[in-house]
Amino acid sequence: MTQQSSGIFNWINTRLPISNTYERHLSKHPVPKKVNFWYLFGALASVVLIIQIVSGIWLMFGYENTEEGAFASVEYIMRDIEYGWIIRYMHTTGASMFFAVVYLHMFRGLLYGSYHKPRELVWIFGMTIYLVMMAEGFLGYVLPYGQMSYWGAQVIISLFGAIPYIGESLELWVRGDYYISGATISRFFALHVVALPLILIALVFMHLVALHEVGAGNPDGVDIEKYLDEDGVPLDSVPFFPYKVLNALVAIGVFGIVFSFIMFFFPEGGGYMLELANFEEANPLSTPEHIAPVWYYSPYYAMLRAVPDKLGGLLVMAAAIAILFVVPWLDRSKAASIRYKGILSKIAMTMFIISWLMLAWLGTVPVTALRTTLSIIGTVIYFAFFLLMPIYTSIEKTKPVPERL
Amino acid sequence: MEDTLTTRRKVLIGMTATVGAAGASMAAIPFIASWNPSAKAKAVGGPVRIDVSKMQIGQKIQVSWRKQPIFIIRHSKEAIENLSKVESKLDDPSSLKIEEPYRDLNPTRSTSGEYTVIAGVCTHLGCAPKFYPEIQPQPWDDSWIGGFFCPCHGSMFDIVGRVFKGVPAPTNLKVPPHYFDGSILTIGEER
Repeated sequence: MTQQSSGIFNWINTRLPISNTYERHLSKHPVPKKVNFWYLFGALASVVLIIQIVSGIWLMFGYENTEEGAFASVEYIMRDIEYGWIIRYMHTTGASMFFAVVYLHMFRGLLYGSYHKPRELVWIFGMTIYLVMMAEGFLGYVLPYGQMSYWGAQVIISLFGAIPYIGESLELWVRGDYYISGATISRFFALHVVALPLILIALVFMHLVALHEVGAGNPDGVDIEKYLDEDGVPLDSVPFFPYKVLNALVAIGVFGIVFSFIMFFFPEGGGYMLELANFEEANPLSTPEHIAPVWYYSPYYAMLRAVPDKLGGLLVMAAAIAILFVVPWLDRSKAASIRYKGILSKIAMTMFIISWLMLAWLGTVPVTALRTTLSIIGTVIYFAFFLLMPIYTSIEKTKPVPERL
Repeated sequence: MEDTLTTRRKVLIGMTATVGAAGASMAAIPFIASWNPSAKAKAVGGPVRIDVSKMQIGQKIQVSWRKQPIFIIRHSKEAIENLSKVESKLDDPSSLKIEEPYRDLNPTRSTSGEYTVIAGVCTHLGCAPKFYPEIQPQPWDDSWIGGFFCPCHGSMFDIVGRVFKGVPAPTNLKVPPHYFDGSILTIGEER
């Protein structure tokens, strides 16, 4: 029996590189031997991606992508389909958790210089994933066709209108109607469930292939490729299985507890994850008193509001995302990790964290004169962190980076 | 000989690529055009008619055209006379930034001298501004002169939809295509 199955296995293996791929990318793939909890969020992001795909497929069984049916079908999922509420809350909680782990994952990159040579492409693929995720999240939010779906989409689609000359026709083209109608919903549905997930999966694949080519970084920013054993394996590495896998399993367990707690007890997240106005059906003739984005877009929304000019606001918001792509070329420091960078980088990083959190709060509250001023200050600090990076990372004195991990 | 062959190959590659690119852009047309409003959407978005003679002086009503709120306001004589007094607060009092044919349609911003006909869609990001006609201090403006306030991003407009200075909205509220036939107002069509 064993002989026969290994015979079959061999037959397949000579035609499909199963063992090779398994060894290269899983069992023998070398990872740095000393990393900390910050290095777990990538694994968690892939877990959430799977949760989103599975719960999303199950939501499609009950969802109806029409103007008349969309809102009612979501209520049908919530009330009439057995355990439909759990599937839907899994998907909405998953959306928030996806952004939470991706933000932490990105922050790890900034903290330990994960974008440093030779990992620039890993960073760029990652940023593209983030960009597609933002689009995916927006499209999904429109589908229930509640008040906040409608007016949130109205605001975002109106942003296209800020583009000179072609703006207004572009708006009409994106909607496919004079308002956000069934035509808009059905195209957003197709993009949300087919087009963007395909792109997302392809990008995740590229992100991982590029990562495995150059190897994972570590919190000390040490290049472990410098010292290899006789087989060419870095001396400061351990194989992916079992060391990294078992590590990740613990993280996934803890993450599952947090996820379930939110899903069961706080699925609305106090109105920051599922806005209360969205429990009312869309009404194109009446705007809710206060329009706020869900928490994961709010820093950029605060920037949009900080600029008293339509096109200017759009450009600032787009630039805030675009500038993240070029971080590998803005950081001129000899040390990758914040541990060995100088005092200027540490001050800049602290200011950046404060400004980002402040903007995240400002994006969710109504406008007042003081808050607009704070938004402007936050936006300036956000951009200063990136634009001044070539200066402060090159003039400051770094600590010597150790040779070995 | 080698050179002629290489040149020949380059020319052929260039020509094939050009024809291919032209074909691909032609093939993209149906995919792009299918996102335009359908014949059904265009039909549903046809003109609407309303009798405005029953409106009270100072009343604002809202009709729906293409699922956009259209605000119709019937002004008193004093209100129309007062329009010129608030111009110092306005960014574009004569509506010169609005596209033809509805720029400089003063003072009421409609083809009638008594009614205002404007789209209730904030020119910033498309929310529906709310009507606060009373001249009294408001949380967003201590010297409020009456008009529209957009709850989304705080844009302000006067009672005929002209935008204030220093707010996010770039232009006055738009005037939809319309005409009056006696007291019958048609929105969505010009005569």
